[in-house]
Amino acid sequence: MTVSKTKRVVLGAITLCLTLACGLAFAESMSWNLTEGVTPTSKKVYDLHMIILYIVTAIGIAVFAVMCWSIYFHRKSRGAIAEQFHHSTFAEITWTIIPIIILIVMAIPATKTLIFMEQTGDAEMTIKVTGYQWKWKYDYLEEDISFFSTLKEDSNEARQRYASTRPEDVENYLLDVDNYVVVPVDTKIRILTTASDVNHAWWVPDLGWKRDAIPGFINDNWTFIEKEGVYRGQCAELCGKDHGFMPIVVKAVSKEDYAAWVQEMKGNARVAAATPVEEIAVEELLMKGKRLYNSNCAACHMPEGEGVDGLFPALAGSAIANGEAEGFAHQILNGKNMMPPFKDQLSDTDIASVMTYVRNSWGNAADAVQPAAVNAAR
Amino acid sequence: MSEAVAHDDHHDHKPTGIGRWLFSTNHKDIGTMYLVFSLIMFFVGGAMAMVIRAELFQPGLQFVDPQFFNSMTTVHALVMIFGALMPAGVGLANWMIPMMIGAPDMAMPRMNNMSFWILPFAFTLLLLTFFMPGGAPAGGWTMYPPLVLQLGDGFPFLIFAVHFLGVSSIMGAINIIATVFNMRAPGMTFMRLPLFVWTWIITAFLLIASMPVLAGAVTMLLTDKYFGTAFFNAAGGGDPVLFQHIFWFFGHPEVYILVLPSFGIISQVIPTFSRKPLFGYASMVYATASIAFLSFFVWAHHMFTVGMPLTGELFFMYATMSIAVPTGVKIFNWMATMWKGSMTFETPMLFSIGVLFMFSIGGFSGLMMGITPVDFQYHDTYFIVAHFHYVIVPGIIYGVFAGVYYWLPKWTGVMYDEKLGKLHFWLSTISVNVLFFPMHFIGLAGMPRRIPDYNTIFTGWNQIISIGGFAFGLSQLILVWVVIKCARGQGEKATDQVWESAHGLEWTLSSPPPFHSFTTPPQVTDATAHS
Ligand code: HEM
Ligand SMILES: [Cu+2]
Ligand SMILES: [Cu+2]
Repeated sequence: MTVSKTKRVVLGAITLCLTLACGLAFAESMSWNLTEGVTPTSKKVYDLHMIILYIVTAIGIAVFAVMCWSIYFHRKSRGAIAEQFHHSTFAEITWTIIPIIILIVMAIPATKTLIFMEQTGDAEMTIKVTGYQWKWKYDYLEEDISFFSTLKEDSNEARQRYASTRPEDVENYLLDVDNYVVVPVDTKIRILTTASDVNHAWWVPDLGWKRDAIPGFINDNWTFIEKEGVYRGQCAELCGKDHGFMPIVVKAVSKEDYAAWVQEMKGNARVAAATPVEEIAVEELLMKGKRLYNSNCAACHMPEGEGVDGLFPALAGSAIANGEAEGFAHQILNGKNMMPPFKDQLSDTDIASVMTYVRNSWGNAADAVQPAAVNAAR
Repeated sequence: MSEAVAHDDHHDHKPTGIGRWLFSTNHKDIGTMYLVFSLIMFFVGGAMAMVIRAELFQPGLQFVDPQFFNSMTTVHALVMIFGALMPAGVGLANWMIPMMIGAPDMAMPRMNNMSFWILPFAFTLLLLTFFMPGGAPAGGWTMYPPLVLQLGDGFPFLIFAVHFLGVSSIMGAINIIATVFNMRAPGMTFMRLPLFVWTWIITAFLLIASMPVLAGAVTMLLTDKYFGTAFFNAAGGGDPVLFQHIFWFFGHPEVYILVLPSFGIISQVIPTFSRKPLFGYASMVYATASIAFLSFFVWAHHMFTVGMPLTGELFFMYATMSIAVPTGVKIFNWMATMWKGSMTFETPMLFSIGVLFMFSIGGFSGLMMGITPVDFQYHDTYFIVAHFHYVIVPGIIYGVFAGVYYWLPKWTGVMYDEKLGKLHFWLSTISVNVLFFPMHFIGLAGMPRRIPDYNTIFTGWNQIISIGGFAFGLSQLILVWVVIKCARGQGEKATDQVWESAHGLEWTLSSPPPFHSFTTPPQVTDATAHS
């Protein structure tokens, strides 16, 4: 009969899909669940997640079982005769009260965890995280350390259309950055989130939360990492074109290693500040400029300088880029409309390199720019 | 009754040609136009979803650039919500409400015409942005500033499209309220209204209360961009988060605007095919009204991560959890309607049962996300994408499908092809789960939403999801086939009652019904009222 035939086809299809799904699932050893993470918060959140998951699964099984029972036994084809009842005060009260009780049972641990998460006081150190289109800036407020963190170059190459490298060949594809956020373990760290242009959200699953980074506002969060390791995350609030390409990497190290890292960062900063502005060879400018262009400018102006029609102007053939060095430097330093200012992100040498690269690529042919010229434009 | 019908047929002079549709004031013709428009938009939005799934089939960028990808997700959502789901609900209301309450037509037929004809213009404005400098909207359907303000020349078109859609919805809502309040047949008291009519009255009030809020929000965006105001600009003393509050004050009621009509439909369908009256009619009405009322107090569960004070987070967590109670009541009432019935499983019933199972899955994940501390993990990941697609696709869209199959024989006068209907159901149901269930997993495992590319650990699931997506998309062509067959009159002739156990005034009219539904109001008694 057609009915049993349909049934067989349907069952066959379901089995096939499930086998396929499971096969693929295990072949790739894919992830299924929330991480337990490495902080007291993330563990509490994980436990809470599992509790509510079990509760809703149990309710689901009970409800679906009743429905299936009814569908099987109360069908006309089995000769079921319809009863005509249409209300029962007892049943209606029961299925209002029981869910209320279950909800209260869920609300208690939820409230406790939430209160725990909001205790941002008595932190031992503070990091301010600022979202930019499309990178993160980290300021260690007590240490006077400050740096940007952008997508690692190999990921950035493989993510282009028509890229020559494949994502599969890149380690931690899209989850790796040039500068890690180094933090000590077993330390209560206050993390302030904010943004410079549009909303972003700072999220490292292993820490147990995400929080929006909103321009003009500062959000207060904290974490306490219990285990050394490298923890990866991503921006979690749509922030424009390259929202998918601004990952976060937190590296938790022992307190001693952290102290050493701080010394090293401060040393680097002193060296950079002390280096006198000098003439740099054009080849060197071009090489450095290409790298900086790809991580800072290519997102909008595109790797080949062709821009995005109507959104971001092309730099190939641009009057500003090929014109007076001062005007060009000005635009990079101070930004314009949607273009962010780079004066705090890039040094004079950096900007000179980028300018030199742009002025000598994609058919452009203007003279090289030295750091001194940028310094004068500041 | 047969007398009234015969009398009517006599005067059944329809206008002809294109004028019949352009100038239509007839609730059925306008209902048909809404439904056809909705179907077209379902495929337009669906095509965008296919682009999204094709791009996400593998890591790396194969087909589109990130900016265009963002336009796809943004416009997909806008087209589906405002172009496919809302017009489907209004179309069904137009067709069925006058027939269910014993009226000849809607109360304000000319306004009815206008509220439909605004839609094609609104969507022309919206879709034209694809050809403008700066491209189509790409900041998410939620239009959060400051990002949305970066949109190019398409920006005012987006805003005006939203305004038009709001105007259209408000006019539709006023019309429905006026019709139900004034044009019920004698004896059709409020507590005798079919549930579909009830859910639509409540939906109409939600629309009137929430659409102007959206209009206000997008107008503030417009003045922020062009007239130097700073509602949402912190540098000018404004607050970007304010927009999110206003938007979701509209947005959460909006999700109930979408789902309540579907709840109404399955409340009609399940009793018919269980051959049993609806269980707990009064509690269904009260539960629907409570859901609608509560829906104005839970908006901030969409924005737990913006950094609200603890008390605010607790309030919105408890309020969100409390919605589960009336929602549960509805599910239990439907189950009790089926219990000890004598069920048959024609296509409308299959789709309704699909709603019961799969809307529940969406409800469970909704409850999980309502728990603030864990939502700090779930928010803006594929887990939430799974949640709202479960409530929208096998929740709302299945409800609409159930309604279409249920009433198609009434509309066209011929039975649809049951075999194709069942095939449509089973193919959709298998593929929709392959499509959306694994999204829970990748969301929990850490894949954010709205990204065009991902780390290779997510590849396997994304491929399964994409395959499910393509299969689901293709399965919908069956619906088109079924509808075309019926529209061309191919199929068995339908009786007036169509379904063995169908109750209600619409089944007392001929199939297809006369052009002006009830020219003589029928007398309604307890016996002839809702099932
Ligand atoms: C049991 C009832 C429900 C509960 C408790 C619930 C809860 C939630 C929560 C907490 C979120 C926010 C998640 C996040 O962003 O982290 C959410 C998102 C969403 N829900 Fe529900 N929900 C329910 C039912 C529905 C229904 C019936 C619909 C549609 C008709 C719906 C549509 C949506 C949509 C569209 C979003 C995402 C909006 C966006 O960010 O783009 N939900 N829901
Ligand atoms: Cu982002
Ligand atoms: Cu909501």
